[in-house]
Amino acid sequence: MLDLLEKYTPNLLDYSDEFVKSISETLQMLFLSGTYSFIVGLFLGTLLVVTRKGNILENRAVHRILDGVVNLFRSIPFVILITALIPLTKLIVGTFIGVKGTIFPLVVGCTPFFIRQVDMALSDIDNGLIEAAQSMGLSPLGIIFRVYLKESIPALARSTTITTISLLGLTAMGGAVGGGGLGSFVIRYGHNRFYQDITYVSVIVILIFVTIIQFIGNIIIKKTSH
Amino acid sequence: MIQLIDVSKTFISDNVSVHAVKDVNLTIDQSEIFGVIGFSGAGKSTLVRCINLLERPTKGQVLIDGVDLLQLKERDLRLHRQKIGMIFQQFNLLASRTVFENVAFPLKHRGISKDKIKEKVLSLLDLVGISDKLCSYPSQLSGGQKQRVAIARALASDPSILLCDEATSALDPQTTKSILKLLKDVNRKLGITIVIITHEMSVIKEICHRVAVMENGNVVELNDVISTFSNPQASITKDFINSTSTLSRIDELIQEKSDIVKLNQGERIWRLDFYGSETKEPIIAYISNKYNISPSIIFANVEVVSDTVLGSIIVLVTVSDQIEKDVIQYLNDKQIKVEVIKYA
Repeated sequence: MLDLLEKYTPNLLDYSDEFVKSISETLQMLFLSGTYSFIVGLFLGTLLVVTRKGNILENRAVHRILDGVVNLFRSIPFVILITALIPLTKLIVGTFIGVKGTIFPLVVGCTPFFIRQVDMALSDIDNGLIEAAQSMGLSPLGIIFRVYLKESIPALARSTTITTISLLGLTAMGGAVGGGGLGSFVIRYGHNRFYQDITYVSVIVILIFVTIIQFIGNIIIKKTSH
Repeated sequence: MIQLIDVSKTFISDNVSVHAVKDVNLTIDQSEIFGVIGFSGAGKSTLVRCINLLERPTKGQVLIDGVDLLQLKERDLRLHRQKIGMIFQQFNLLASRTVFENVAFPLKHRGISKDKIKEKVLSLLDLVGISDKLCSYPSQLSGGQKQRVAIARALASDPSILLCDEATSALDPQTTKSILKLLKDVNRKLGITIVIITHEMSVIKEICHRVAVMENGNVVELNDVISTFSNPQASITKDFINSTSTLSRIDELIQEKSDIVKLNQGERIWRLDFYGSETKEPIIAYISNKYNISPSIIFANVEVVSDTVLGSIIVLVTVSDQIEKDVIQYLNDKQIKVEVIKYA
């Protein structure tokens, strides 16, 4: 086994410690920025839906501003966004490099995407259900939690899966501009030194992550769809 | 008791205002089954939504047992809404929850104990006859079963009023009958006031005590169901009633110049409308004996509305002008309306 690895992935073995560290950094970035983006995105996505014209908390100003901000951030390419955010990142977390410095830009880059996903998921809820809930005397907050969010769990699970996978892509890009993780690992060795084995093994690792995320997502969707 | 006083609802979109409901005045009594009929766009769905303020009227008062809902604060309004159940054409069940959870839905988060909720839900499911589907999800139910669950859910907070918005319009005729029967039972057992919105006269005929006919946002006719059927005033009401019987075929036949209505010299086509007590007398036999005429029946339609017989027959008869006058006089005395549809 070791012979085989030595034969095909000589460079990886030389940098195996760094490789393991990179994987753990990628997972840290994915987990932390994913959690923040999920919470913030779910909140703002819901706000975007309920403030829309004709919905339970219709509010033109809030809806318009939120909608505009989401569109603005969605249209900035991530590599540029991360650079543009440097002063703000430094202000908030103290540094703009490494895992720590990447999480904030990742959240800013990922959340607008997730907000749109939440928007789509919640907008699919039949207006009749909202009407029925109102006729039962539910408060707006009750309708949000017990109808909008509860009834769209399968759709939200689907959105979360898609968003997590695209966030994994963003973490690699974060690596390119001073962050850690597999992205920066591959750029340093696979790209700059042309150690191709490092590139290919990293691709396989990412592929495994994507497969696992999709698998978990599918299980949740299946369990919650009736 | 529901009182709508001068209720109007105007929708404004893109600077065009649509008057969905115009100055409607209605009083619906406790324990009554009240129907509102109209073609789509007549404003009936908007009107029924004005009762629980899903649509806030632009003008007017909505009094439920004397309380003006429009004067209430959000919170109090929600409490009042719990006493007004509502069911819908599309059932609006929560797809991610079982039948049990759907019915328990309005009872949760109200400080009611789990055991109490369970007891209540089971008794409601028993009432609507669907106890065996407790753990099914809505997607596993038929339309009729879904509506039963929706009815159970609407009754969960012991409402005094049940609003039905086209509740049977998505169901086949057989299922419609069974749902209407259930609503009738619910009305009888619980004394609940039921307001039914529909575009089908057969629904009104089946269970309503009184009916309001709506056209272009106005209530154009309001009466008890028997009077409405036996003596419709507005032309739209007549249209609705015609839609429930085969008699309107006669007009088409005359227009098509069908052989069935081709008349020889001295022949006439009459339409006789009768209802109530006279129906047991052998009127046709009597007039044929007395006036020596032999009416032949082309069409007939007899209905039972709220235990009253309501019928119309169309006959072809050979008769002279003088005798025709006498016969019509005689029939009118017997409270039978005669209309000469065609004569040769």
